[in-house]
Amino acid sequence: MPIKVENLSFVYNEGTPYATVALNNVTFEIQDEEFVGIIGHTGSGKSTLIQHLNGLLKPTSGKIYINGVDITDKKVSLKDVRKEVGLVFQYPEYQLFEETIFKDIAFGPTNLGLSEEEIEKRVYEAMDIVGISRELADKSPFEVSGGQKRRIAIAGILAMKPKILILDEPTAGLDPKGKEEILNKIKEIHDKYNMITILVSHSMEDIARFADKIIVMNKGRIEVIGTPREVFREAEKLEKMGLGVPQITSLARELQKKGVAIPEDILTIEEAKEYIIRYLRGTKNV
Amino acid sequence: MEHIITTQNLSFEYHAEEQTRHLVLKDINLQFEKGQFIGIIGHNGSGKSTLAKHFNALLLPTEGKVHVKGMDTKDTNHLWDIRQTAGLVFQNPDNQIVATIVEEDVAFGPENLGIPPDEIRERVEYALKAVGMWEYKDYPPHMLSGGQKQRVAIAGIIAMKPECIILDEPTAMLDPIGRREVISTIKKLNKEDGITVILITHFMEEVVDADRVIVMDNGKVVLDGTPKEVFKEVALLKKIGLSVPQVTELAYQLKREGFDVPLDILTVEEMVEFLCR
Repeated sequence: MPIKVENLSFVYNEGTPYATVALNNVTFEIQDEEFVGIIGHTGSGKSTLIQHLNGLLKPTSGKIYINGVDITDKKVSLKDVRKEVGLVFQYPEYQLFEETIFKDIAFGPTNLGLSEEEIEKRVYEAMDIVGISRELADKSPFEVSGGQKRRIAIAGILAMKPKILILDEPTAGLDPKGKEEILNKIKEIHDKYNMITILVSHSMEDIARFADKIIVMNKGRIEVIGTPREVFREAEKLEKMGLGVPQITSLARELQKKGVAIPEDILTIEEAKEYIIRYLRGTKNV
Repeated sequence: MEHIITTQNLSFEYHAEEQTRHLVLKDINLQFEKGQFIGIIGHNGSGKSTLAKHFNALLLPTEGKVHVKGMDTKDTNHLWDIRQTAGLVFQNPDNQIVATIVEEDVAFGPENLGIPPDEIRERVEYALKAVGMWEYKDYPPHMLSGGQKQRVAIAGIIAMKPECIILDEPTAMLDPIGRREVISTIKKLNKEDGITVILITHFMEEVVDADRVIVMDNGKVVLDGTPKEVFKEVALLKKIGLSVPQVTELAYQLKREGFDVPLDILTVEEMVEFLCR
């Protein structure tokens, strides 16, 4: 279910003195099974962009094709679009509202008009996927920890079996352990179900590890797009935007400047270690 | 050295549903020196926020004592003096802003202290300038970014002229720019205005240049020392679910490979200097 966005522009409060251009002529494509990271500052347009992908916002101009269908066309049923494109908002745990965890996760599939057996099957499946014990099904979603609440909210989207999963800063406010858990879970879901996954984040470290493709947004435009390595080669551009690169990437760049044989597009500690060990063995008798 | 806050055998438990008792803090003994920048780190549920709430009498110990500038937090006669000495800034800026205009919001604290209007004006100006938000004094808070709102919340505390500010994950909900703004504001308040800062955070890089770092786990203090002393305990930090800066992790891994690398490397510059000397 590939995504194609063509010349997408969006203006908030168009025609009023408060008009703000949030997206300015954005064009990109996402292929099946891709894991895409979208990064940018608050106000860069990244949240506005993803809200277009399931029809929550209508473009001021431009087209959005999902599986070849232009979802900006008035004749397209947005209900059908949202069945395919699941969007997990920032702080999704604030949107939990039902009496029990089961009912909360069942809300989406129920609205899809599925049979009771199917709903039950999907709810339990979704709970298994995100790692919430089935025993908790009848508990209130407000009695569990913050990290669990967030996983329940994600389960509610997964239970609709979307083909495209979009998550807006799913690790915001979590501690390093909770962050790791959620990120690994998302990666696991992506690999198992082969859905397109779009992860919006502030953290280069998080995105660098998993993404096949990174879209860097700045002031409503796509500033850089490419594989993590391609993107991190633009370190100076990223730093100018105040985004920076992972600490390990800037270490590699600094070492390279000093003449150490190490590529500047290092992404992980393991990679850096290999080159540094080679350097240490080569130059020093250790 | 004068101590601004001390805890003696501090334990705290709360009762959730039924008869269950949760011991959240276990026998904590700490002394904070005036004028220092202290970082407290730990994962969620480690007890660090509960500890912070004891520093200005929002919570009272189940056992043991907390003293703020010599005042026992259990002594209700001192409650307002304690809260004025040690101000607390929370995670979510939206939950801390009460007024519809920035300067009115900052004036809220001093007004409640019964300070005369002229002095309130002076304090509001001083506080907003200290956090770099003076030019926004007439703005409605909802027009500000998260980082700006958090700086207004900090100004609201500064206007009460505290000797110590405790910040409970003040950057957790902010983006990198907002985070940088808030952290540099806090550092400036510590260095230039001599305010004691206790910063509770998940982000290791925010406490890399603190005077002292305390690591909490499971209601106890597990590490306490300078950043270099604390961060070289990579294995322990990882075990309790915390992470260290990437270069520190690299140093740790190189050491395990048998290289003679100092474990207290925290920044890119230090690593480059070590490798290229």
